[in-house]
Amino acid sequence: MSSHNESIIREPLITGNNITYAQITEDILRPVEKLPGRAWWIGFSVASMGATLWLFAVSYTFWYGIGSWGLNKTVGWAWDITGFVWWVGIGHAGTLISAILLLFRQKWRNSINRSAEAMTIFAVICAASYIVAHMGRPWMAVYSLPLPNQYGSLWVNFNSPLIWDVFAISTYFTVSLVFWYTGLLPDIATIRDRATGLRRKIYSFMSFGWTGSVKTWQRFETVSLILAGISTPLVLSVHSIVSMDFATSLEPGWHTTIFPPYFVAGAIFSGFAMVQTLLLIARKVLGLENYITMFHIEAMNKIIILTGSIVMVAYCTEFFIAYYSQVEYEQYAFINRYFGPYWWASWSMFCCNCIIPQVLWFKKVRTSIAATWFLSIIINIGMWFERFVIIVTSLHRDFLPSSWAMFYPTWIDVSVFVGSIGVFFTLFLLFLRVLPSIAIAEVKLLLKGSSEQEKKKILQSGHIDATQGAFYKDALTKFDAIDIAEYEKV
Amino acid sequence: MSSTKFILGLFEDPDEMMDGITALQQNSVPIYDVYTPMPIHGIEAKLGIKDSRLGYAAFMFGCLGGTVIFSIIYFAMVHDWPMNIGGKPAFAVPDFIPITFEWTVLYTALGTTATFFFATHLFPGRTPRVMDYRATNDRFVIAIDVKKNNIPHEDINNLLKEAGAVEVKHNDRKYVSYE
Repeated sequence: MSSHNESIIREPLITGNNITYAQITEDILRPVEKLPGRAWWIGFSVASMGATLWLFAVSYTFWYGIGSWGLNKTVGWAWDITGFVWWVGIGHAGTLISAILLLFRQKWRNSINRSAEAMTIFAVICAASYIVAHMGRPWMAVYSLPLPNQYGSLWVNFNSPLIWDVFAISTYFTVSLVFWYTGLLPDIATIRDRATGLRRKIYSFMSFGWTGSVKTWQRFETVSLILAGISTPLVLSVHSIVSMDFATSLEPGWHTTIFPPYFVAGAIFSGFAMVQTLLLIARKVLGLENYITMFHIEAMNKIIILTGSIVMVAYCTEFFIAYYSQVEYEQYAFINRYFGPYWWASWSMFCCNCIIPQVLWFKKVRTSIAATWFLSIIINIGMWFERFVIIVTSLHRDFLPSSWAMFYPTWIDVSVFVGSIGVFFTLFLLFLRVLPSIAIAEVKLLLKGSSEQEKKKILQSGHIDATQGAFYKDALTKFDAIDIAEYEKV
Repeated sequence: MSSTKFILGLFEDPDEMMDGITALQQNSVPIYDVYTPMPIHGIEAKLGIKDSRLGYAAFMFGCLGGTVIFSIIYFAMVHDWPMNIGGKPAFAVPDFIPITFEWTVLYTALGTTATFFFATHLFPGRTPRVMDYRATNDRFVIAIDVKKNNIPHEDINNLLKEAGAVEVKHNDRKYVSYE
């Protein structure tokens, strides 16, 4: 029931006084219904310049071929697959928030799931663009599909993890899109019913005729739960399959059974870092401090420290197993990784992913917006280096010393990567303009029960254990949007 | 005779709306439907709405997806063009599991969502049948079809008001969204 009183010791998920249902709609739809401010335009200009760079670099690649990248005979995979795995990994946090946290009934997901899912979709688009770009001749993409053809039919090799990847990524994208859009329907209907003229017509078309009747909501909740249930194993399978692109090869440094869990943990780690990067800015610029609170930021930081530590254990395990296995190729791959010519990349990876994020054990750091944002950038960089290190250090010194080589990116490599970040931010900024960045209906569910104002009423009523009340007030001190002085007399 | 077709009770609080439903039911006023800006838990039981059967649809779509792709792989890899890969068997079931899993999930997602849209009559461009524009914003709306019963409108009014309705509307048209 919506009137259910939540335990006082749980921290509030919506802060602020006199928040009403109308106020929630108003606050969340402000960026959609009003013209964008200067911050949005600056961001959009920079992002679209990046997107233009991407368009140019990819067109250049198609025109002149893959030779315009820095690949050579030894290092045949480098920045393209690094970028691909990086983007797919970033996408994982969105599904984790929308699906796994829903199954665990974590109510704090309600105010961050929408933008995190949008981030997933845009990240997968960026990742998919790499798959097409690295083919050099993009029309050949059709041969990754098991379609009847005039060569036999010659089918795709279903034993190959690369084909598994085609199925995994396309399924992941489709399911994420369906999940996201279904969740958007009630909120699009909210925009529709407040808009006039052409805007109403457009949002009316997009709302699928949503009414919010009892049966509709009942089915909606059933569908959300089913989609969450199937997305949970899906998201774990996607990065497992991405890791099998490497793990099923016989390359030293890649051929390890630890890869699937290690990649999944790394994906969630980098994904939450990207969520922090985006949301810390969005909550400030869009004025959503009451909905994306310090509790959310700290909770995500806790997930980051957990998954980051799993990644660290994986790095150490790999190193230890290389020694313990007594396989000299495996041993060389790891000695070379950390002490060979790419030592700087490997130690950047280790510092950014394992050492620096350990400061998140301190509550002061976890609840500091500036520190969190800085760390999120560090982790994004570190996780890019992780993929680069895994891919390039294993390849660049193969079994034949005569063919050892280094990889040097060309300006096209750099432009495709920087450009893909531009594409991502362009899509994200457009999303903020036309669709609600927070799931309005789901946040409304939190108003009675989990909001600061309701909890304040309970405190004022005085029917609670004094130690619990003190515990709650102590927990409120970390919130940047709460004036703790108001609680002096309560 | 009054031209009123529907009486709408607009509440600003979901709990008061639930009280309104109780009051109407105790006085045998049939409720046409309830429109809310967010899902209200427990309302289905109160209105006697049966559980959704979408779970069964999801299970069947999942079975279908898994079967379809496994058949395609079997046909391609075992029947149509078996390949000799180091003398290993062509019917390599463990290798077929990831893709079979992916399509099970894909069919479940698309099938369940499509069934939801079909059953609820949701599709792109459908004209919204809106009884009150604030039902997607901040009003919890109980709709009563007064053509279906002979209860005096005043009584319904009073029941709704007593339960805490902030506004009671007497609409001559069922939907306000049609021009």
